[in-house]
Amino acid sequence: MSLIPPFDFQRVFVEPWAEGGALHGWILAMAVLVGMACGLVGNYLLLRRMALIGDAISHSVLPGLVLAFMLAHSRHIGVMFAGALAAGLVTVFLIEFIHKKSRVKPDAAICITFTTLFAIGVVLTSLIDKGGLHIDAECILYGEIAFVPLEPPVKILGRALGPQPVLQMLGVTAGVVVLIVLFYKELLASSFDPGLTASLGFNVTAMHYGLMAALSIVVVSAFEAVGAIMVVAMLIIPGMTAAQLSDHLATRHWLVGVHSILSGLLGLHLSVWLNCSMAGAMVLTGAGFFVLAWLFSPSQGMIHRWRRPDAPGDTVSQFQ
Amino acid sequence: MNPPSTRQDSQVDRTSANGAPSPLEIHDLTVAYHKKPVLYGIDLTVPAGTLVGIIGPNGAGKSTLIKAIMGQLPATSGWVRIFGQSFKEACTRVGYVPQRESVDWDFPVSVMDVVLMGRYGRLGLFKRPRLEDHDIARACLEKVKMLPFASRQIGNLSGGQQQRVFLARALAQESDLYLMDEPFAGVDAATESAIVMLLQELKTRGKTLLVVHHDLATAKDYFDNLLLLNMRLVAFGKTADVFTQEILQKTYGGRLTILSEVADTVRRQT
Repeated sequence: MSLIPPFDFQRVFVEPWAEGGALHGWILAMAVLVGMACGLVGNYLLLRRMALIGDAISHSVLPGLVLAFMLAHSRHIGVMFAGALAAGLVTVFLIEFIHKKSRVKPDAAICITFTTLFAIGVVLTSLIDKGGLHIDAECILYGEIAFVPLEPPVKILGRALGPQPVLQMLGVTAGVVVLIVLFYKELLASSFDPGLTASLGFNVTAMHYGLMAALSIVVVSAFEAVGAIMVVAMLIIPGMTAAQLSDHLATRHWLVGVHSILSGLLGLHLSVWLNCSMAGAMVLTGAGFFVLAWLFSPSQGMIHRWRRPDAPGDTVSQFQ
Repeated sequence: MNPPSTRQDSQVDRTSANGAPSPLEIHDLTVAYHKKPVLYGIDLTVPAGTLVGIIGPNGAGKSTLIKAIMGQLPATSGWVRIFGQSFKEACTRVGYVPQRESVDWDFPVSVMDVVLMGRYGRLGLFKRPRLEDHDIARACLEKVKMLPFASRQIGNLSGGQQQRVFLARALAQESDLYLMDEPFAGVDAATESAIVMLLQELKTRGKTLLVVHHDLATAKDYFDNLLLLNMRLVAFGKTADVFTQEILQKTYGGRLTILSEVADTVRRQT
């Protein structure tokens, strides 16, 4: 028996859509929505050099969820969102507080904050477990997108619209798109030049915390599907791939959408082929697209640089 | 350890002789980083239509002064008035040129995008730049001879070109008071003289300009007023009156290398 199952086109690409097509349809929808919401917010994280903050919030959301659950005795979506929001904002605030009030450097401040908060979450989780409720640690870390279609459907006027997590993710993704359209110029200016943006009369701090709030909501919605670790990849990889291909922010947003569709679809088939974790397969596919873009980008790819070392796109001219 | 202020608050008298409020009035401004003061009791009234060079040694608080004027650093004491208003009220009348290194030049924006940002303050929330804003941005780019580069990504420019883009953005703000942080840093000779001409032109149009400058050798040629700063305001006045060996020594005091540079400069002057 070999480690890698033999590739069978029929089994990998046709059968998933023949039998249980709806099941795979919901999984794909969830994957694409998670990729889009995370990737769009991730574009701004990358521009603001805050990739690590995404990592931090994805972990510190756990104690927020557990605490919200303990306080409200409910798994209602509003309660979970409130818990995640509070955790996300507390994380960002703590990181800045530690950094400002001590000689701890920002990277270290990020690490100590989110690991400590995550540890609080882990301890609280085991306490709840003893109380008779169960939170699956594996699901928190890796997520289980394959179970998403099995969640109870949302019904409106007696008609089942679809599994609750997928519809929730649809709402969150739509919310992210609306916010980006509304605040495109404010987000652009405050990410590029916060000093100027503040001098123009815009509230840069509010933009910052608003972005962090959006990030917390996106992360907590994606959590169930891809878990705390894979969500970091979902935040960063689409934006990094898009950055290889375009020097225009709006174009990068569109590319993130394309990336999430392609990596969701191919990732799903990869996981069928290898019979492996779907979230893992999707992240691997996404990373594969990044490598391709990095190598073959017509404007700044490795091949292009190798063939034309003096090509624009290199940063040498900056130092002239 | 703030020095006790014995001065009376002169909040009442904020206007110059002809009745129009001064573009910039600072009273007893003290700013501290981590409880360590970096600017002490600055008192300053800048008349309209003046071009002021801000000079002083490293760490004298030149950039801090600019940021404190814009309210980006909290003042421990004192106040700043711009055309008789708070900065928030008057922010559309203030143009700002930050230090070139303060931004990431790999950022996915074109030259045009950056200049359009100068219009954002007037547009306010939600509104997109209109055709009219594009026209103004183009005219400003033309003024600094950067129009041919309008669609370039900003990383593909030389240092001097990047500085011109920042100046075009400030022009697009159509302000009355300009605050510029080291616009001459790391630019080529052609850009340097282009900037000098631009500053002079803005001055003749009645604008007020405060420009942080690091090069003593050129300071007295570029600016008709100088503000000498070293945590305290050492002197402010006509260049001919304040660019003296005594005041320069007071500003740069104790720094040997700079002292000899100062001596050279003054010797060349006389």
